Amino acid sequence: MEHIELFFKSIFIDNMVFATFLGMCSYLAVSKKVSTAVGLGAAVIFVLAVTVPLNWLLDQYILKEGALVWLGPEYAEYDLSFLSFILFIATIATMVQLVEIIVEKFSPSLYNSLGIFLPLIAVNCAILGGSLFMQSREIATLGLATTYGIGSGIGWFLAILAIAAIREKIRYSSIPAPLRGLGITFIVTGLMAIGFMSFGGMLTGGDEEAKETPKTEAVQVNKDQVKAKEEMKKKELANNTKEILK
Amino acid sequence: MGLLSKKDAALITDPFADNNPITIQVLGICSALAITAELKASIVMAVSVLFVLGVGNVVISLMRNIIPSKIRIIVQLIVVATLVIIVDQVLKAFAYELSKTLGAFIGLIITNCIIMGRFEAFALANGPWRSFLDGIGNALGYGVILIIVGFFRELLGSGTLLGFKVLGDPIEKTGLYAFGYENNGFMLLAPMALIVVGIIIWIQRSRNEALIEE
Repeated sequence: MEHIELFFKSIFIDNMVFATFLGMCSYLAVSKKVSTAVGLGAAVIFVLAVTVPLNWLLDQYILKEGALVWLGPEYAEYDLSFLSFILFIATIATMVQLVEIIVEKFSPSLYNSLGIFLPLIAVNCAILGGSLFMQSREIATLGLATTYGIGSGIGWFLAILAIAAIREKIRYSSIPAPLRGLGITFIVTGLMAIGFMSFGGMLTGGDEEAKETPKTEAVQVNKDQVKAKEEMKKKELANNTKEILK
Repeated sequence: MGLLSKKDAALITDPFADNNPITIQVLGICSALAITAELKASIVMAVSVLFVLGVGNVVISLMRNIIPSKIRIIVQLIVVATLVIIVDQVLKAFAYELSKTLGAFIGLIITNCIIMGRFEAFALANGPWRSFLDGIGNALGYGVILIIVGFFRELLGSGTLLGFKVLGDPIEKTGLYAFGYENNGFMLLAPMALIVVGIIIWIQRSRNEALIEE
């Protein structure tokens, strides 16, 4: 149940394009034709489905505070989370390279039509964003991380498919000249985002109170603890930086 | 400008208008839209990108003759990631609340296409000084759009600028609110960012006919 909920949430409510604006560059640049949009969308689903669980493992066993405890009790204090950007992006770059090799081998025509945008998946914010949100939303298990990756990939795929279809039709409409091309695409995306906001109540039946989740006291206490911890970290960091600057 | 030759000055002024990274080159849109609900966050983001792009361009330009072209993407990513980690740590130390608001988006500077785009298109082929100017110019062009969008969204959405109540107090009904003005909460939501940028593009292209697409 948890998996299904997260799956639909990541497709519709937290849609990568319409809710968080990730991967907009390739979304705007590759959406002129439906066929190329489908190819890129499929590649994004695949890369997200692989990198999010991989990065989840990295986060869980190397980066998190105390994650290195499997090496021995003396490593329990280590917190390498500041390295997450570099490790995440390295994983992603490797996976994208792999996809590029596979696509070139099995579908040269798709490879040619995607051109520069295939390697650019590595710098598609949707991919890194998937991993960073996975980290900041504290997704609990490997299964959930995989679900989240696939779900957000499908969400991105749907978005680019829809805008490509709209742009193919919109070419025959009479639009004010300065707005043609990029301008109207922005505005149409904005309207689509407004449409997608209506999915917001999907899992709560539109109940506003249920959306703000802290239902039990346990959660509240937990939050307080997290807050206190954050305060501590903040002070520590500030002190460290001051010392370094001295 | 005595310090800069005409050609060098163009590196800074071009990205401001006719070759703006966001509205013309369609690069770096994601962050431009996501964090512009407040002016303060927009400014911090613009400054962070200014730092990363300026320094990164110089570093790549210095290394351009020793990077093998096959692994240049990885090298570029490592340089950006390192600079972004510095920005992230500094923000966490000196502006913790703000770094919480920006959240994952500071990390997403790594995948800001403007940065990779400038490395590929400029720093790999030019000397450090020109690369530095190019980096600054593009980051400023990016920052200007960010600040315009942030300005309108915060002003119309919550009636404040940088947290100051410029339009009066909505609860005590002073200032503009006395005449029945209401905040447009819709401006704070995600879709309006897209529409505001769309309008900026519209205005820019109707002022300069050469930019109109077919």
